[in-house]
Amino acid sequence: MTGPRTLFDKLWDAHVVLTREDGESLLWVDRHFVHEGSHHAFRKVDERGARLAEPGLTFGVADHYVPTRGRPVIANREIAGMVERLSANAARHGFRLFGLDDPAQGIVHVVGPEQGLTLPGLVIVCGDSHTSTHGAFGAYAFGIGASEVAHVLMTQTLWQKKPKRMRITVEGALPPHVSAKDLALHVIAAIGADGARGHAVEYQGEAIRALSMEGRLTLCNMSIEAGARTALVAPDETTFAWIRGRPFAPEGDAFDRAVAHWRSLASDPGAVFDTEIAIRAADVAPTVTWGTSPEQALPVTAAVPAPSGLDEARAAALAADLDYMGLTPGMALADIRVDRVFIGSCTNGRLEDLRAAAAVLKGRKSAVPGLVAPGSSVVKRAAEAEGLDRIFVDAGLTWADSGCSMCVGMNGDLVPSGERCASTTNRNFRGRQGLGARTHLMSPAMVAAAAVTGRITDVRRLGPAGTGD
Amino acid sequence: MEPFVRITATACPLGLANVDTDQLIPARFMSRPRSAGYGSFLLHDLRFAPDGTPVPGFVLDDPRWSGARILVARRNFGTGSSREAAVYALADYGIRAVVAPSFGDIFASNAVKNGLLPAVVTEAEAEALIAALEADPDGDVTVDLEALTIARGPLRLGFAIDPARRLQLLNGWDDIDLTLRHAPEIADFARRRRNAEPWVDPRH
Repeated sequence: MTGPRTLFDKLWDAHVVLTREDGESLLWVDRHFVHEGSHHAFRKVDERGARLAEPGLTFGVADHYVPTRGRPVIANREIAGMVERLSANAARHGFRLFGLDDPAQGIVHVVGPEQGLTLPGLVIVCGDSHTSTHGAFGAYAFGIGASEVAHVLMTQTLWQKKPKRMRITVEGALPPHVSAKDLALHVIAAIGADGARGHAVEYQGEAIRALSMEGRLTLCNMSIEAGARTALVAPDETTFAWIRGRPFAPEGDAFDRAVAHWRSLASDPGAVFDTEIAIRAADVAPTVTWGTSPEQALPVTAAVPAPSGLDEARAAALAADLDYMGLTPGMALADIRVDRVFIGSCTNGRLEDLRAAAAVLKGRKSAVPGLVAPGSSVVKRAAEAEGLDRIFVDAGLTWADSGCSMCVGMNGDLVPSGERCASTTNRNFRGRQGLGARTHLMSPAMVAAAAVTGRITDVRRLGPAGTGD
Repeated sequence: MEPFVRITATACPLGLANVDTDQLIPARFMSRPRSAGYGSFLLHDLRFAPDGTPVPGFVLDDPRWSGARILVARRNFGTGSSREAAVYALADYGIRAVVAPSFGDIFASNAVKNGLLPAVVTEAEAEALIAALEADPDGDVTVDLEALTIARGPLRLGFAIDPARRLQLLNGWDDIDLTLRHAPEIADFARRRRNAEPWVDPRH
């Protein structure tokens, strides 16, 4: 290859086994994560009587269906069957499983980085759209469907067409109390739910460099909601410091050699992107969604939009969304009362997220019920070691075990129909958190603020913890 | 995989934007085996009220478009979760082609692997087709993957699809068989990759 290359170009070039005349390339896969939902793919493998090509590069995690309370017994037979099926597939095909009884169990996109399985320069796939999360380390990570999962299981490769490159540059520093989640929602609202479709997004700029690994993971996680299948942040000292000493990461000489290589991955000066987006960090406020798509997000100080000025079809669509959400045009977002809160998910279930929520809740009571599900069992123990669980419990919230929980509701953690939930999750789709559930996406600090007041609340106006409300 | 060359069938003007895969099949139905048939779960929570009764007037169950094998939607169809069950629901219901201005990337990939055509038209073309179907429900639509055309009465549209996906659909190719023909190159690549970046293999 000649000429300056982007980070994505370098990842792509390092994984192309061959390229066909039609432009599709066969890519080598370094890490394949599977979960309970992979049962369709394992069935395809079994139908062919095939074996796994690389069980040593395959890792299973029980996260989508696992209960968050009353473990290890699973009362619901259908859910128990899903978790058992994953264990049976792991045993039969000989890959490492982080099952329900494993001290490192958790949500796949939390466990991978936490265990040092997620490393810069890798191609990482999983049958889950939020696999884009792992791009925070400078890995080419993307979600795939069941047929592709089966293909990877049997060949450790995937056919892909090279996507376009998009750079989103976030200049300046994010204001106080504005988090990576706010930035993510701001970006999605700015470019639309399909704004990055067909692109590999690389985030650059001062605000990105200043983000913690947790913040970068949140940002890359949410990029799928802007239509990007993958998102990237170039690895730097923040990345290397995070990886060092993780259970599956290289150590000693191997770690140093790896870091030397990882430093070379950053986009070259002068590398050309197909699409450029510029965001001013100073423009980003605490942001919440009001509708049924993540693109329907606004600063918390704004009001529910009105259909005036829209064409007939769009006005009808907006009216239907507002009807589902039980909102009227023009009402202030800060006047929307919530019935419950949820803190957790692969977007915001990391230790930093729980600390942010606890900082707001400390010494306060939640006005509504709510569930806090840590992103992994490791996060859970760490949170308990610093007393975060006490803060949540004292506030009146339920402190649970780790799993996808009320993000997708497959384990039975659901928002009752018609109720409104302030949630740190990634999707506010109709019925996402349960039939008829109304979801407002926001940061952990903003969810905590909503818990304290019982309505959507600008965390900047809440005042220091302990002063009451 | 069943090849797709062309079909002539009733087309349903779904007319929604951002139809996510949670809508196409809610998560609570996904633990069932495919052999159970996913067609009755398609767009379940839009089609049925919480008590299980059909939602009056929902276009998919409108007798004027009954037996539809083509759906016409607005932008960003199939966004969201990677669940291939969304495609199973469409396919098991009988849908062979979805016409929309844009598709979620993972959905489009899943679709082709199950013989379902994601046909990309412009927003104006989608609107024209939706308007025509709503104005006059009678009359079949022909979607021709060889010619890359959609025809309905006097209305003639072109559509786009990635060339590799078009070939896969036209031929009904199973890409696992195609890939396994390259086993020697894959093995050679794996060796070189492990030499170049030995940390690719996890420490334990």
